[in-house]
Amino acid sequence: MLPQKPLHPGLFTWPDSAPELLGSRCVDCGEHAFPSQSSCRACSSEHTEIVGLGNKGTLWTWTIQSFMPKAPYHTDETPESFCPYGVGYIELACGIKVESRLHENSTDTLRIGLPMKLEIVPVRDDGEGNQLMTFQFRSAEAL
Amino acid sequence: MTDVAIVGLGLHPFGRSPALSGLEQGAIAARAAIADAGTNFKAMEFAFGGSQDGGNADSLVNLLGLTGLQFTNIWNGCATGGSSLNAAYSAIKSGQYDMGLVVGFDKHARGAFNPQPKDWGLDDWYGETGLMLTTQYFAMKIQRYMHDYGISRETLVRVAEKAFRNGSITPTAWRQTALTTEDIEQAPMVSEPLNKYMFCSPAEGGCALVLCRADMAKNYTNNPVLLKSAVVRSRHYGSFEVFSPSQAPAVAPSPTVTASRAAFEFAGIGPDDVDVAQLQDTEVGAEIMHLAENGFCEHGEQEQWLREGVTEINGRLPVNTDGGCLANGEPVGASGLRQVYEICHQLRGTAGKRQVPNAPKVGYTHVYGAPGISGVNILTT
Repeated sequence: MLPQKPLHPGLFTWPDSAPELLGSRCVDCGEHAFPSQSSCRACSSEHTEIVGLGNKGTLWTWTIQSFMPKAPYHTDETPESFCPYGVGYIELACGIKVESRLHENSTDTLRIGLPMKLEIVPVRDDGEGNQLMTFQFRSAEAL
Repeated sequence: MTDVAIVGLGLHPFGRSPALSGLEQGAIAARAAIADAGTNFKAMEFAFGGSQDGGNADSLVNLLGLTGLQFTNIWNGCATGGSSLNAAYSAIKSGQYDMGLVVGFDKHARGAFNPQPKDWGLDDWYGETGLMLTTQYFAMKIQRYMHDYGISRETLVRVAEKAFRNGSITPTAWRQTALTTEDIEQAPMVSEPLNKYMFCSPAEGGCALVLCRADMAKNYTNNPVLLKSAVVRSRHYGSFEVFSPSQAPAVAPSPTVTASRAAFEFAGIGPDDVDVAQLQDTEVGAEIMHLAENGFCEHGEQEQWLREGVTEINGRLPVNTDGGCLANGEPVGASGLRQVYEICHQLRGTAGKRQVPNAPKVGYTHVYGAPGISGVNILTT
């Protein structure tokens, strides 16, 4: 197996036996953001800190991406191998809703209110001998 | 302070024009608007224009004439036309200029838009993993809205049916074939719950308007339309927006709500006074949600409105009488101006087969676009 590394730094804890999302929390007003940012969207403060956002949530809304997106979409897929994927917003314990790909891609399983759990999955090989990884959520009911 | 009047209307029909560049389509629209006002390009003291993929709007002077006018490029996503109108409104209202041109045009490739994360302050991973599609955002927004307010799939279908029916009686529309309920219901799914006929397509086209001081308007047209307000607003923390890797816990009103309220306040009228409206309908859910966000009905009331035909041409509040974005496609730079073009024809009484009955006097236009921006115009006879 190729060595794995995050597609982008700072989105989730890695490597980790129980990865969680990383975001920021405003020191002044307490609002969270994902991904982390150095200023606060709510109150304009520049005092923020990196915090863990956990690995669980609830599906707040969802859709299914049925056609292969044009660039900048960049995975190992080809038009022939493309598989429709779920996309949703997951409401986390801190209250923010994080946009994510979903493991499930069927109207039979996806529903608002579904309990969801984080997982780290491959996106593509980077051509330099690494497998690039990103986060997605999957139903916690099906596990 | 003087009112601002629209005295010239020009359109290069939306759709596909392989022989013409985007800029050329803008020039055709500009010449048509200036001819409609019975004047010439030399009389234009200023111009505001914009395009996403068609090039710099101020290059139009090479085609229209090098007269030395102030020509300012405007780029504000889907609100480009609204922002151009807002700038023209302010230029005339302030007394700086008496007369000028607003123009928008575009020429997009086929298929869904493919925005680049860096242009929107986002990192590449967001686009690379397939999260940066406007189609997904609109699907997820209406999905949640259907859940919260009991909107049915039948209502989604009704909006598409109306759009193509209105397109079929609009000579300049791109899609002029009415579709049956079955045609729409059975179309391939694009992004659940929205299928192929529920989305508009990126397109080409141009649109232009000539504006002047209202006290000069009769020199140019017998039926000027007054631009009573031209408002653009961006999003607040907590509104559910496109291109957002995360959304705030609290839910705040969308920029449509704040733009609409401000526009009504400037115009000194309310939603009940509006006789005909154009609401951003890049997909059917948007038209449904924008009915409530613009203050025309309560959230959830759209279910009954669509069933009863309130938004049909003969209804109490006709919406998207020319088939909207669904039947005309969306050349981003021109789309917001097409809405105003259609409302002006409705208020002039020159909308042909799609004319709203009983001489409408108050019109309304609304756009919404990335990354959470809205433009509203209120027009009167």
